[in-house]
Amino acid sequence: MTKVTMTVNGKTVAKEVRGNMLMTEFLRDELHLTGTHVGCDTSQCGACVIHVNGQDVKACTMFAGEAEGAEVATIEGMANADGSLNTIQQAFQDYHGLQCGFCTPGMVMTAAALLRDNPKPSETEIRDYLEGNICRCTGYHNIVKAIMAASGQDVSAIAAE
Amino acid sequence: MPKDHGIGAAPKRREDVRFLTGTGQYTDDINVYGQTYCHFLRSDVAHGKITSIDTSEAEKMPGVVRIFTGKDFEGLGGLPCGWQVTDKHGAPMKEPGHPVLAQGKVRHVGDPIAAVVADSLEEARDAAEAIMVEIEDLPAVVDMKAALESGAAKVHDDLDDNLCYDWQFGSEQEAVDKAFAEAAHVSTLELVNNRLVANPMEPRVAVGEYNRANDESTLYTTSQNPHVIRLLMGAFVLNIPEHKLRVVAPDVGGGFGTKIFHYAEEAFVTWASRQINRPVKWTSTRSEAFMSDAHGRDHVTKIELALDKDNNFTGLRTDTYANMGAYLSTFSSSVPTWLHGTLMAGNYKTPAVQVNVKAVFTNTVPVDAYRGAGRPEATFQLERVVDKAARELGVDPIALRRQNFITEFPYATPVAVEYDTGDYVATMDKLEEMIDRAGFEARRKESESRGKLRGLGINCYIEACGIAPSNLVGQLGARAGLYDAATVRVNATGSISVMVGAHSHGQGHETAFPQVVAEMLGIDESMIDIVHGDSSKIPFGMGTYGSRSLAVCGSAMVRATEKIINKAKKIAAHLLEASEGDIELKDGQFTVAGTDKSVAWGDVTLAAYVPHNYPLEEIEPGLEETAFYDPANFTYPAGAYACEVEVDPETGKVTIERFAAADDFGNVVNPMIVEGQVHGGLAQGIGQAMLENCVYDESGQLLTASYMDYAMPRADDVPFYAVDHSCATPCTHNPLGVKGCGEAGAIGSPPSVVNAVIDALHSGGHKVEHIDMPVSPHRVWQAMQG
Repeated sequence: MTKVTMTVNGKTVAKEVRGNMLMTEFLRDELHLTGTHVGCDTSQCGACVIHVNGQDVKACTMFAGEAEGAEVATIEGMANADGSLNTIQQAFQDYHGLQCGFCTPGMVMTAAALLRDNPKPSETEIRDYLEGNICRCTGYHNIVKAIMAASGQDVSAIAAE
Repeated sequence: MPKDHGIGAAPKRREDVRFLTGTGQYTDDINVYGQTYCHFLRSDVAHGKITSIDTSEAEKMPGVVRIFTGKDFEGLGGLPCGWQVTDKHGAPMKEPGHPVLAQGKVRHVGDPIAAVVADSLEEARDAAEAIMVEIEDLPAVVDMKAALESGAAKVHDDLDDNLCYDWQFGSEQEAVDKAFAEAAHVSTLELVNNRLVANPMEPRVAVGEYNRANDESTLYTTSQNPHVIRLLMGAFVLNIPEHKLRVVAPDVGGGFGTKIFHYAEEAFVTWASRQINRPVKWTSTRSEAFMSDAHGRDHVTKIELALDKDNNFTGLRTDTYANMGAYLSTFSSSVPTWLHGTLMAGNYKTPAVQVNVKAVFTNTVPVDAYRGAGRPEATFQLERVVDKAARELGVDPIALRRQNFITEFPYATPVAVEYDTGDYVATMDKLEEMIDRAGFEARRKESESRGKLRGLGINCYIEACGIAPSNLVGQLGARAGLYDAATVRVNATGSISVMVGAHSHGQGHETAFPQVVAEMLGIDESMIDIVHGDSSKIPFGMGTYGSRSLAVCGSAMVRATEKIINKAKKIAAHLLEASEGDIELKDGQFTVAGTDKSVAWGDVTLAAYVPHNYPLEEIEPGLEETAFYDPANFTYPAGAYACEVEVDPETGKVTIERFAAADDFGNVVNPMIVEGQVHGGLAQGIGQAMLENCVYDESGQLLTASYMDYAMPRADDVPFYAVDHSCATPCTHNPLGVKGCGEAGAIGSPPSVVNAVIDALHSGGHKVEHIDMPVSPHRVWQAMQG
């Protein structure tokens, strides 16, 4: 067992964990932050994307121990301080960028990382950046549209609603 | 002006807030006090005789609570098949046993041999590695035609061969033979409808919890139809009566058909929990999902289309091999027959249609319904052969389709179903408007100027949804009714809980269903909540699949709400001292017609629960009504789709430049949700056409068992889609006039992709007749080389 200390969504947490505990297990089983989802076992689907020291990371690719001292953000920490949806979350709701909701936490975390580095991404840039996030419900149309809208771009000309 | 509430409006989805903040509750998020963890030891060979299983070392491993094998399930039932198909000679289909854990033999890679239940998942996994299993390898049958050859290894030793059934359906032989004998032209195509894996993003999970205090079992499971699981598992597998068995399907992360079926793992955790008196949890990994979730499609077909000298379709004949896999999954037998054969007429008035299907057992994962289920297979064959005919005859593919459209309704097809309504001309007109066909040649020239080939592919589709009229499907072999149920519970202060048998796993029922009730009552949607997914809270229901939720369960909800209105009017009449017949309900107010006397919704509901001034001698207190609704017919969504592709002749790589879908879904309750459903269906259809393929090698090893090997469509594989549902011919037989929209995109899109690729290749001088899906660069390039 190893002791890890990190900040998760602004709160300091310290836990004794197995050395081989994945970050996904740490968040879900130890901290009961079940918004980070596990959709595959080959680091392909992106449902578990979180931010570690500001970088978007697939939580299934790191051990909890590797986050020692890190600032971690998960989907549970993304809403505004008053509990309302943040700009990206709100755009996903406004433009129907989610259906079953399972891939959604990873999509939102990935979109947040993209928009931080590239505040006005093109459609192509968004589709490229989502390479590591699989959605089976939406056909990506409304996810891409929501991310464009969240970045302040006019999406009214995009086909359909 | 779009409506801002009620039917036809597009309110934001209320379920989104929990999903966007990480507070949804999926089955894997459920942990029960004292729970154990289950790991299945699965076969790594496709076919073999289990000669011994030694669990003695594994049982000594730390944390192990108990290890189960097939022996522990002797005397219990196997997993049942819900649909009995009768073959063309009148014999019932062959229905081999499907044990919860393998007994004597393993029949596909992934077949569960043993289950370890331990205090932690790691301990369960470790112990599974210590189980000594000896399997005597047997030759595997993978290819369907080879499986039917004499001398082929038998998947089930107690059967004569690997043929599940040989089914024939449609017009009289004589009429079909005559159509082909007299044809001026016959177009023939042999094709494969590739095996797919549904891949909802949430892998399956099951948690069994037994409560010895009251002898009740609860199963939390990733299901599209918890009541169906309760019925199948309770009655056929474990012998637990319904009142002692609760099945809960909480937030479910996508289904697409593969979460309809009753699976061994559900029965296992429920039963094991009773044996060890502790909760048992199983969470599938993705790799495990690839070898244990029922797969989809996997048909091999020869289709022939006969035309007269004027290019009218006169006859259609198909010969299909349908892969059942190693066992019959819950609805597997119905997919290539009643969900496929009945749609072979398509949108066309072909007078003679005959469908032949041989269902075959192989040493592969069971195959069952996947989004569209049988209808994509029907549409693909038909719309590919129609396109081929147009090319062979040198006629415009849209004109050939238009010429043969069914234009008068109702229309009884030669394959048993009666289309109640539709307007295929209107959706094709709309499609042509959407795709700027006139500008296509200019776009093609522009592509050619860059050394690329451009193609335009068109197709139509029709599907049978709103599954299904019970008496009809009963005649066709269904072992269940396919009605649905809803209970409208009005609370004392006027808020409403609607308990529905449909299950929402992405479809937005929690938002759309209240729109309907709110419209009927004239009250605010926020006063209405939908309850679904828990057999202890909902009287009954058959669940969500076959684009049935709104058409069938929504109709039950309408009927229950009508009963509420009738009773509420009686109460209002009493309160207003008026005749019941004079009471009108509008905007949440009951008014005496022609007067200004009125009473509000909330006053009437309060009177029902506080009946101090109430017609107690005439009606009971309370305000709660249940309705079961059995549809009179299927519904028939239909439409026309177009795909424009660019092919790189250097590499064979295909890119989708444009995709347009013109659908007729009848009336629409929430256009935002409907469009989202179409988008998702299109991506799955495009995925099938371009990327996805589930592959076994000759020995029955699954080569595509992870996202590293099975190509899921990603954001950069698809374009923005143009979708339209304005051509609406309302369903004539359900109260909302709705047809269902969940499967259309997946059914309608594959043929237009392939048609577009073929069109592109022909424009470059490559006389390619067909390329099987997925149209990968390798296959396209090979086809171009002749």
